[in-house]
Parts: sequence; structure tokens; C-alpha cells
Amino acid sequence: MTGSTAFWYASRATGIVALLLLTAVLVLGLLITRQGRLPGLPRFAVTGLHRNLSLLAVAFIAVHVLAAVLDSYVSIPLASAVVPFASGYERLWLGLGAIAFDLMLAMIVTSLVRGRLNRALWRAVHLLAYLSWPVALAHSMGSSRDLQHGPMLDVSVACLVIVAAAVIWRLAGAARQVPRAGRVADVMARHDAATRYGRAREGSWR
Amino acid sequence: MADYQARRSGPGTRTLRVNPIACTGHGVCAELLPELIATDEWGYPIIDPRPVPYALEPEARRAVAACPALALRLVRE
Amino acid sequence: MTTMAEPAAGGAARQAAGLPRLLPTAPGQDLRAHLARHGPVPYRGGAGLLIPDVRAAGLTGRGGAAFPTHRKLAIVAAARGRKVVVGNGAESEPASRKDAVLLRDAPHLVLDGLQLAAEAAGAAEAVLYLHRGEHRALLRALAERHAAGVDRLPVAVAEAPPRFLAGQETALVSRIGGGPALPTFGLPRVSQRGVAGAPTCVQNVETLAHLALIARYGPRWFRAAGTAAEPGTMLTTTYEAAADGETRCLVAEAPIGTPLADLLPGLAGAQALLVGGFHGTWLPAHRAAALTLDNETLGRHGAALGAGVLAALPDDRCGLTEAARVTWYLAAESAGQCGPCLNGLPRIAAAMAELAGPRPRGNTRRDAERWAGLVTGRGACHHPDGTARFVRSALVTFGPELSRHSRGQCSARGRRPFLPLPDGVPTTDDDWM
Repeated sequence: MTGSTAFWYASRATGIVALLLLTAVLVLGLLITRQGRLPGLPRFAVTGLHRNLSLLAVAFIAVHVLAAVLDSYVSIPLASAVVPFASGYERLWLGLGAIAFDLMLAMIVTSLVRGRLNRALWRAVHLLAYLSWPVALAHSMGSSRDLQHGPMLDVSVACLVIVAAAVIWRLAGAARQVPRAGRVADVMARHDAATRYGRAREGSWR
Repeated sequence: MADYQARRSGPGTRTLRVNPIACTGHGVCAELLPELIATDEWGYPIIDPRPVPYALEPEARRAVAACPALALRLVRE
Repeated sequence: MTTMAEPAAGGAARQAAGLPRLLPTAPGQDLRAHLARHGPVPYRGGAGLLIPDVRAAGLTGRGGAAFPTHRKLAIVAAARGRKVVVGNGAESEPASRKDAVLLRDAPHLVLDGLQLAAEAAGAAEAVLYLHRGEHRALLRALAERHAAGVDRLPVAVAEAPPRFLAGQETALVSRIGGGPALPTFGLPRVSQRGVAGAPTCVQNVETLAHLALIARYGPRWFRAAGTAAEPGTMLTTTYEAAADGETRCLVAEAPIGTPLADLLPGLAGAQALLVGGFHGTWLPAHRAAALTLDNETLGRHGAALGAGVLAALPDDRCGLTEAARVTWYLAAESAGQCGPCLNGLPRIAAAMAELAGPRPRGNTRRDAERWAGLVTGRGACHHPDGTARFVRSALVTFGPELSRHSRGQCSARGRRPFLPLPDGVPTTDDDWM
């Protein structure tokens, strides 16, 4: 195996792992929003994993990019990791990768300094996850023959299905949530307060 | 050196405060800092109002950082 | 619903010379009569110039918190940039009628105070915050003043929804800013960042009325009534049962320190006294009859003047039923923003309703106490605290009644409601606008 081939394999492998990690990060993020748990693990494990896996994903992407850049078989400038459409080779698909990575960096940097940020601003940037992940998937499937057929295609489709299911689950939770103005009435109804109050008001002692 | 050692123990100068409107009762803070934060029967935090002891300040910072709703703050009184 | 006697304005003539101060001697005050009685608005000619007089007079807020007025004015006066003064006439407390009566019978005194407060604070903007339906008369008064050139600042009128929390300071700021009347949390305080981010001085309309008189007659005149520690007079809203069983509601002005028995002639024959309003404290009538209208005395018994509501529950009613009705209202009026309040108040209300009925379950009283303790201090505003105070004092004061109910008896000989409660609960976001 030549040096060039080794770099190429490394880039493809780290790319796939990064995609799997990002899928896990997004699902964990949705789990946090719905205050869900991972069976057998404390709540801080969900938040901790979400954070740590996102940082791990960045590490894998760094290797993924470096390996692709160092591979002498194709010419990919280092800047194309963050500057979209700066690469001559596979301009569109690598451009999408840069976009996804830029969005990820924005989310991670704002999360690292979250204590100093306005909560609304942090949240707005974090919502870019819903854009970043599909773009990352498009980059993965568009720029790599691996994922366009065979078991790797199955893996990619499985990731898509998992993310879609998780998003639907999250939206269902939001739809079921009682709007603020109705929350108190909801709790009161659940505690039969109205019935008991009605009885007290009428003074029914029968 | 002695001054640093002396400052490392005892009550600190910062207190934990929760924004009750932002708080949605995730409960991560109570897991990370059970010495100072408990949860009520509805999952919302009950926070020790006294200043955070110096020894626990790193844990308190971790709890503040981990809150998914960014509802917890460490304030200087 | 109980039909109330029309709140009778008019000074109570409670022995002290010089009363009534705030309320007019004859109804139908127009601007001319007002100026004839009190003279022109005594503008001082610059920011901060009135504050030393306010400080010497010892005026404190009449909205319930009793914060020293001069300090509020000074904080905003010292701030830089554009400043706002708000006259808070959104009474919000269903049992309090004093602000409504004051605005109806002495609007010009309030509006004088608003102008003087704006001058003292160096404010460029004045707002009057009122419940819907009250502003027509005020708009007429403002038009009168504008025509006569009495006001130096134009006054904007902002509407408050009929919510219990609408008069809360941060909810007020939110509403005036165009949002819902919902409390907000955190620093900075309204006096540093309020309406549209500007330093804002919020004063209850009664406080403004007192201010307008202090500016004319001086601090020594103001201190001629009241106690040394709590000078001046205040408006009270009193409730007593009339001979026919109806509830009689009266708004009266009294010097601070007046014996409660003077304000409520029927107090000795009543069962209990609610002091302060729906966030106030229940006291046994015999104990209350020995007390005076000041925070120092009331504080020793765990009570406070609040917005000046004094309701003497007659002997023939069930105190637990009254308390349960009010607690249910307070729970329904929660903003629903904070977990402890949202979860705790409805449960407390349900427990109180059960205690008001026959043979409540054994744990109910303990649960009510526990939840009251659990919600206190854990909201963005003081709604849960005040509700807990009301509930706990009811459980103590009506302890004997609790025992009777647990045996399936009740000492009430009538089920007519005593305290006033509005109809309708907030269900949508619009109800908070």
C-alpha cells in the first residue's frame, strides 16, 4: 500500500466514523431536549456524552481533512476544510463538507463559551444542527463512492432513518407540550382541583 | 502559599442561583452537585442559599456549565 | 356573587385633623376645583430638587412594598440617559379598591404627582398604567390638563390586563413594552433597566398623590399624621358584614397608627381579620382588635399593611371556605413560568378545597403546609411566597374550624361568599396582554 493510498483509506474511514459520531450527537441532543435518559445512566451522562462525542467528532474530522489534504493523489487545499467550494477536486461535495464543518464549529465554539452568551443567541446557533447534519450526510454520500452502494450505503441510510425518527419524536413532544397560558389549568385539572373547589364553593356537605 | 492554603477551604464568595423561568427541571445540576442541590418532588432544584464552599467551587462550575437550559449561575454576592 | 355596596369615597374623619387629604371633600372633582383647593402644581424647576422633601417626609410606597419613595426617585435621578416614570394604577388585587377610587375621585392629585415625580427623576417620559375600562375618565382629566397647560410632560396611558400579577413591577415593564404582563427574572432591576431598557421609576398612584401634597404643603405637614416611624396617612379598603348579611366595602383614608377597631367597628364581633390582601395574613379577630394600622405593630404578629386591605370575616362564615376560594383564584392566576409555582399552587388549592369540605383526608393539611414551604422563595416573583403566607396563616387562624371539619361539622351558618373574586380564569396568551 502506497503512502497515498494509506491517506486515502484514513480519510474515508475517519469520515465514516465522524458521520456515525455526529448521528449519535444529534440523537443525544434531541434526547436532552425531551429530558430523556439512557437506560442505566445518570442524566449528566446524556449531557456529558453529547458534549464529548461532539468534540471527538471534531477530532475525527480534523484527521479526515488532514488525511485528504496530505493525500498526493488529488489536490485539496487545506483551506477547503472551512472555506466552501475552495477545492478544485469535487468542488460541490467538498464544499458541502466545509459548510457542515463551519456550522459545527460555530455550535461548538458558542457552546464552549455558553456561560457568557445570551441564551437566545446560543440557542439560535445550536439550532443550526438541523442544517449541519443533513449537509454533512450529503457531503458524505456525494463525495465518497463507498457510501453509494453496498453495506456503507445501508449504514448511511440507517443513520438517516435514525435521525428522522429522533426529530419526529422531538417534534411530537413539542406538539404535546401544553402552552404556558394553559399549564396551570392543566395541573389543576389533573388534581381535581376544580371539582373539589366547586364542592367547597357550593358548600356541599352531602 | 499559606494564604492560598487558607483560601482553599471554608465558605466561598459565590452563590448558586437558578433562573426559575429558564429552568425546566432537567435535574442534571442535582446529580452533579448533590451536596448543594436537591430536587423537589416535581424535579425542580432546591439550592442551598449559602455561599458555595471553596472546595466545591469547581463542581459548582461544572454543574453551571452542564445545565441544558443555561438556568444555573454562580454569582458573586 | 356578593353584591358590594359602592365603595364610599370620602375621608373617614378618623379624628385626626386635616383629613381627608387625598380624597376630595365633595365629589365631582374637575381640574378647576382641584386647583382651587390645592393651588397650582409646584414644579421645583429641576431634577432632584423635590427629593430632600420627600426624604424628610418619610413617604414610603403605598403599593404594598413600602419602599422609601425618595430612594427610588434618587436611584433613577442619578442614572444617565433617557428615563421613564410610571404611575402604577393597575390595582390587580381584587380586594383592593383604593386605587380605583382615588383615580375616580382625585385623578388630578395623582397626575400632579406623576409630573412632579418625572421632574424629580429627570424623566423624559411619563406613563400611567391602568386596568382596562378605567382609562376613559383619566383620558378626560389628561385632556383637561393639556388644554390648561398644567402638564409639562405628555402622559401615555398603557393598559393592564385583569391579571393578579399585572401590577408586578417586571410584569408592568413587560406590558408597557408591548409584551405580555408576565414577570421576568434577574438583574438588573427596573430602576436600572426598565421600559425599553431605560431606568424606570415605578410608583403606585396613591404614593404619587401623597407626593403631590408633600410638594405643596411640605414634609412637616405630612408628618403631622401617622407615627414617627411610619408617617402620613394611607388609603384602606375595609370589608365588613352588614346587618343584612351583605358585604360592605369601604375605601377610607386613615392616619397610619390608627387602631384597627376604629376602622372596623364590627371587628370585635367578627371571626378573623385578613390583613393586607390575598397575599396577606389572617389574624384572629380578638388579637387584631388590639392592633394598630402600622407595619411595626402588625409585623410583630406576622402581618403587614400591604395594599391596605382589611377584611373582617363575620362569625357565621366558614374561614376555610373563604381561604379555599381565594387560594383557587391565586393558583389560577399563576403565570405558569416557574416549576414550583406552577406545580405547587394548584396542589395547595386542591388541598385547601378539600379542607374546606367535610372529613378531609388525614394528610391533606400536612401536604398543604409542606407545599406552602416548598414554593416559598422559588419563583421569579413573590406570587408563590404571598400565596403560601395567606394559606399558612389561614391554617393557623382557622385551626379550630379544621378540627370541626375533620369531624364532619362546620360552624358556618351561611355559605354566602365574603371576599370579592373576579370571574374568568386566564387560559390563553391573549389573557395576559
